[in-house]
Amino acid sequence: MQPLTSRSKIVSDKEMTIKEKLYLPAILGGMWITLKHWFKKPATLRYPEVEREFAPVYRGQHVLKRDDQGRENCTACGLCAVACPAEAITMVAAERKKGEEHLYKEEKYAAVYEINMLRCIFCGLCEEACPKEAIFLTDRIVHTEYERETFIYGKDKLVEPIESSERIDVTKRQKHLTEKQ
Amino acid sequence: MSSTTDIIEIDSLDNEFQTLNLGPTHPATHGIFQNILTMNGERIHHSEQTVGYIHRAFEKLAERRPYNQITPITDRLNYCSSPINNLGWHMTVEKLIGCKVSKRVDYMRVIIMELARISDHLVCNAVIAVDCGALTGFTYMFQWREKIYDLFEAVCGARLTTNIGRIGGFERDFSEDFHKKLKAFLAEFPEKFQEFRDLTERNRIFMDRTINACPFSAERAMNYGFTGPNLRACGVDYDVRVMNPYSSYEDFTFDIPVGTQGDTFDRFMVRQHEILESLKIINQAYNNLPEGPYHADVPDFYLPPKDEVYNNMEALIYHFKIVMGETKVPVGEVYHSVEGGNGELGYYLVSDGGRTPYRLHFRRPCFIYYQAYPEMIKNCLLSDAVVTLSSLNVIAGELDA
Ligand code: SF4
Ligand code: SF4
Repeated sequence: MQPLTSRSKIVSDKEMTIKEKLYLPAILGGMWITLKHWFKKPATLRYPEVEREFAPVYRGQHVLKRDDQGRENCTACGLCAVACPAEAITMVAAERKKGEEHLYKEEKYAAVYEINMLRCIFCGLCEEACPKEAIFLTDRIVHTEYERETFIYGKDKLVEPIESSERIDVTKRQKHLTEKQ
Repeated sequence: MSSTTDIIEIDSLDNEFQTLNLGPTHPATHGIFQNILTMNGERIHHSEQTVGYIHRAFEKLAERRPYNQITPITDRLNYCSSPINNLGWHMTVEKLIGCKVSKRVDYMRVIIMELARISDHLVCNAVIAVDCGALTGFTYMFQWREKIYDLFEAVCGARLTTNIGRIGGFERDFSEDFHKKLKAFLAEFPEKFQEFRDLTERNRIFMDRTINACPFSAERAMNYGFTGPNLRACGVDYDVRVMNPYSSYEDFTFDIPVGTQGDTFDRFMVRQHEILESLKIINQAYNNLPEGPYHADVPDFYLPPKDEVYNNMEALIYHFKIVMGETKVPVGEVYHSVEGGNGELGYYLVSDGGRTPYRLHFRRPCFIYYQAYPEMIKNCLLSDAVVTLSSLNVIAGELDA
């Protein structure tokens, strides 16, 4: 057949030289290569004793952030649920009552916020959609469980702890923070 | 080719056929597909293929989703090289909305797509060797596939189902970490790849095993609609990157490796050399990476920066509009194709101006190869059929049309 372009290059040569016809050199050469690998550092890690370092932008288990006063950022606008291609997020919104100002940042908040981790595909679109710095993916992985129900993560598992020492740092994945530096 | 009756007379002891199920979950099929083989001794007399074990109705799903939410769906087509699928989809939408991206975006895309191609070919070729009984090379090459996945992780945060890039460009610029890792990869990989080449390419055992294993003529391949490495192995130098350049592929010089006979060895060698060509392209693109923005100025599709969303009403409105998919899309139809890891990956998109595609069709290369598979393996040995399936690199994710 006529070549379609001037760039074609035949790459497979099926004729064997005499040296190649003898099995032995190829076998010994192969053994030599594998032997060298014996003395190299293994490429595997002994998980779970040793854990791999994730990229700061890794898309793992979600966190619902609090602001510096410990109030929940989420205002239950529902944008994350709309953006979710896997339809994994459900929420129930509620009005903030008098005396709850120290718990919720905005006047509306999510009374129920659930992510079904079996549905979630960790695409990161919810994080991108959130206009209130409330939901982020993190470099933690979702652990395995024995029952399906336990994969539905409610606010108890998603909202970060209130103690400042246990807050989850997401600044490295916030584009507008990293790019300004 | 001798007719079937001849073969029965020659080969079969008492002219009896046996039915053998290769798959659906067979370690040698590397995916969920069933082959019902009618065996005549060791030879395949007839075979019947079943597809649809992982039918997910992508096109139908896509009809209910705004354009930016379709990218995660494309991840799951050929999941060995999902960045190509993602970026191809973005280019299709950009074609529809008439968005022009900067050279930098083009070059960044080329780097990511060629990395994806390398990882796709590495897995395929390493698996061909495994199916011939050479497991060691596979373990060496798999480490490098993981390194490529580290690179994807540094850009987008995921390894396999990447959802990389956005309509109009990238979600973020290449990070320091990425630059460091890419440089290390470009420096170290060629040597390690050479090792794999030494192990396989001129090894007589491997050559005896793969040369003449299920050859396919260029004419038959074209009749079926083959593209990509499998067509090039038959000797046709058709490559979408050259014939119909997209994303500035015309800026780079590279060769198109072709085979002669279309047998398993040809397919293997074509992929081996494509890895080298991809490395050439990455080096060219990376060394000439232009300065500039990493996304185009399409306020209707590309999300505004987050700090503006937090503080500025107009940005917030745009943000809501984009996320909810309420931006105006022109009416029309487009076809765009990219050279996927495994052949021409096409997107046919019809828009009626609504928030979701009116119709969408993916041209899945693997689906086409699998149609030809029964013809290729007819009268072949069972063991040849196994290496042929892995050398066609049929990925189950693309078989659910
Ligand atoms: S997490 Fe963000 S996007 Fe989702 S409801 Fe709360 S504020 Fe809205
Ligand atoms: S990561 Fe993606 S799939 Fe998971 S909850 Fe967020 S938007 Fe939904």
